[in-house]
Amino acid sequence: MTAYIVRRLFATLPVMAVVALFVFFLLRFAPGDPAAIIAGEDATAEAIAAVRGKLGLDRPMVEQFFVWILQLAQGDMGVSIFSNLAVTRLISQRLEPTVALTLSTLFVAVALAIPVGVVAAWKARKLVDRLVMGFAVLGFAMPGFVLAYILIYFFAVQWQLLPVQGYRPIGEGLWPFVECLILPSVALGVTYMALIARITRASMLEVLAQDYIRTANAKGLATDRVLLLLALKNAAVPIITVIGIGIALLISGVVITETVFNIPGLGRLTVVAVLKRDYPVVQGLILVFAAAKVLVNLIIDISYAFLDPRIRY
Amino acid sequence: MLKSILAGAVALVIPFAAAQAQEKVLRAVMHADVRVIDPIWTTQTIASIHGMLVYDTLFGNDANLKPQPQMVGKYEISPDRLTYTFTLRDGLKFHDGSPVTTKDVIASLKRWGAKDGVGIRLMSYVTNLEAVDDKTFKMILKEPYGMVLESLGKSGSSVAIIMREQEALTDPQQQVKEAIGSGPYKFAKDLWVPGSKAIYLKNKDYVPRPGNEPPSSFAGSKIPGVDRIELVWISDPQTAMSALVNGEIDFYEAPNNDFLPILAKAKGVKLMMTGKIDSTQGMIRLNHLHPPFDNIKARQAMYHLINQEDFLRAIVGNPEYYRVCHGLLTCGGPYENDGGSAFFKDYNPKKAAQLMKEAGYKGEPITVLFTTDHNTITPATQVLVQAMREAGLNVDAQSMDWGSVVSRRAKKEAPAQGGWNIFVTTTGGVGASNPVLHTWIGAACDKGLFGWPCDPEIEKLRNAFAFAQTDEERKKIAKDLQTRAMDQVVYIPFGQWNTPLAYRADKIEGIVPNTGLAVLWGITKK
Repeated sequence: MTAYIVRRLFATLPVMAVVALFVFFLLRFAPGDPAAIIAGEDATAEAIAAVRGKLGLDRPMVEQFFVWILQLAQGDMGVSIFSNLAVTRLISQRLEPTVALTLSTLFVAVALAIPVGVVAAWKARKLVDRLVMGFAVLGFAMPGFVLAYILIYFFAVQWQLLPVQGYRPIGEGLWPFVECLILPSVALGVTYMALIARITRASMLEVLAQDYIRTANAKGLATDRVLLLLALKNAAVPIITVIGIGIALLISGVVITETVFNIPGLGRLTVVAVLKRDYPVVQGLILVFAAAKVLVNLIIDISYAFLDPRIRY
Repeated sequence: MLKSILAGAVALVIPFAAAQAQEKVLRAVMHADVRVIDPIWTTQTIASIHGMLVYDTLFGNDANLKPQPQMVGKYEISPDRLTYTFTLRDGLKFHDGSPVTTKDVIASLKRWGAKDGVGIRLMSYVTNLEAVDDKTFKMILKEPYGMVLESLGKSGSSVAIIMREQEALTDPQQQVKEAIGSGPYKFAKDLWVPGSKAIYLKNKDYVPRPGNEPPSSFAGSKIPGVDRIELVWISDPQTAMSALVNGEIDFYEAPNNDFLPILAKAKGVKLMMTGKIDSTQGMIRLNHLHPPFDNIKARQAMYHLINQEDFLRAIVGNPEYYRVCHGLLTCGGPYENDGGSAFFKDYNPKKAAQLMKEAGYKGEPITVLFTTDHNTITPATQVLVQAMREAGLNVDAQSMDWGSVVSRRAKKEAPAQGGWNIFVTTTGGVGASNPVLHTWIGAACDKGLFGWPCDPEIEKLRNAFAFAQTDEERKKIAKDLQTRAMDQVVYIPFGQWNTPLAYRADKIEGIVPNTGLAVLWGITKK
């Protein structure tokens, strides 16, 4: 297993290299010019060219690429064109809110979806199952931002139970931290809840049809033990896969929720950096997202071996 | 890298720990986030708002756009108007404790004068800036330029701020690394989270102008009203509105027009017009370098497609907040006039089509840079494109984000080679009220702004305005200038607007109407 993990970690290097190559050149080929944005409304073409020169954007693209790669090799992701702050600082500032939102969303989604999915499978084609599947369809169909505004309207503006927006780090206290995450986690979690519930149900239905489950039931094993110890454990592989994909998607894809709830996370940093053509920040973020996805996939693969003894590396 | 990561973590935790103390905190949502801390390096308005908190200026224009001394204690103008002698006030100190000296002032003016359009124009008449001593310096002109004080006190973008000499010596094309000024608030750089919040702490050593002069835009005594100002960036307008209604923020500089009726009814919230002069003017810029708009007849044909009410209803909606203005110099400003306004008399697509035909237009595609992500420019472009299509023009509306428009409009190539024919933009109403500060009215050919109108007569009139000695003379020149600029179609205005700011009247007071930039230092908590 250790050799497998080491092999997989080394295999990430060419993946990251390809990502770096693509992100660098795609950004440069995309329309837009940070120098024009900096120089502003009243800037002449000459003034824009002067800014471009000072930023080093007038140098050959290949030269710019190798300068960046050399910086990366030394652990330096560069400096934001606009704020003049290190990209590592900008990303680390935004990491905690995004990770907190991701984990709280998954917590909400998993804590509700798995029991609901198990019950739906157990009561397949009965009213409970229909209700769960109806909710799953609704959860998929409703855009997250619509639900977000509805939640804000009732829970924050009308009833004033929770804040409209913002993020407060855990260092400030547990409740301030949690209260800022409740509405965004619910708004974002509903889609994942629906997805995980459906996968759990489907996977459980498959396992519940197996002979060993029938045998366990025939032997008079308690239903909860059958469902949780026998069925759920054996149905876990596809569920874990979906949860893992969810983590990877959430880390890089919570832009809308972060925007609506004004959470200063990586998603918002990405959008603004793209719109402003802040090349070093976008490049750094894409590398972080790629690394996160590779890492999450690795963890999922490793977890398979623990959940299913038949899988060995 | 580890240091950067630690700095990032500290920036997240410390603000809240510090805020727990019993401080008076003003939380304000501005029109943009503070992403750049050098207001000379960029022309972004938000950078100037940041700059006016952190730095001080020699002069500040008051609500009537008259320059009043700010850092300057006294000044003299020689009878021939060629020598200005300025003496700094006592007690001026930078945030690091060092005194403000004329070395700092001269270096700052030189940097500003090498970057900002108004500064460049002023410095083109300055032969020397010389320090008499640490507190007194002379500005010597080669000609009696009439806009010296107005330029030093200008608001809007790239304000003539005074920074420490060591930062002021930085190449103006490069951003300074520190924001250490002598203004009423200190910038807390360690707590800055670009794209989220910028924090300013009260400068306890600030010495305001004596006499407790009432604040009037950028003039008057700058007395810090709260211990801490947090410029919070909420990009979603609906969330920002809800946060204000919920009392999570105190001040919202630029609420979306759609939400004004809700805010007007919200408990504890008040709306307030930002100033006497409308904040924004809309403009359609035609590219004078390429057909069809290299032909004056084609440019003038476009006037027949502009019904300003159509644009303003699409952008603002409520007539209370907009004004039809058939001039280039801001209506309601000191140089408003009716020169050239006759061009707008007749909205008539058929006539526009006929004039275009007479100008030699044969149905070639007209490239319009169509911004898709701007709350005012996008609807304005939609209205324009619709009117052009009604006239039967072959419109090639190319959709792109504003960042791409900003980049693309600088291209002088023909539209088929990546250039353009038309783009829509806006400019500040205060800047557009003065022929010298209003750079878009210029027609300096290759050296001018995108679209590159070329007319020596216009430049001659702008220059004459700067040297006029009486207000009457200035008004006459302003009218001649506007008439000529409209005849040449340097741009087509589509009206002006001034949406109110919103604030929690039950929590804060002391908001000052401004001329171009939000004035935050005088706001106090109840």
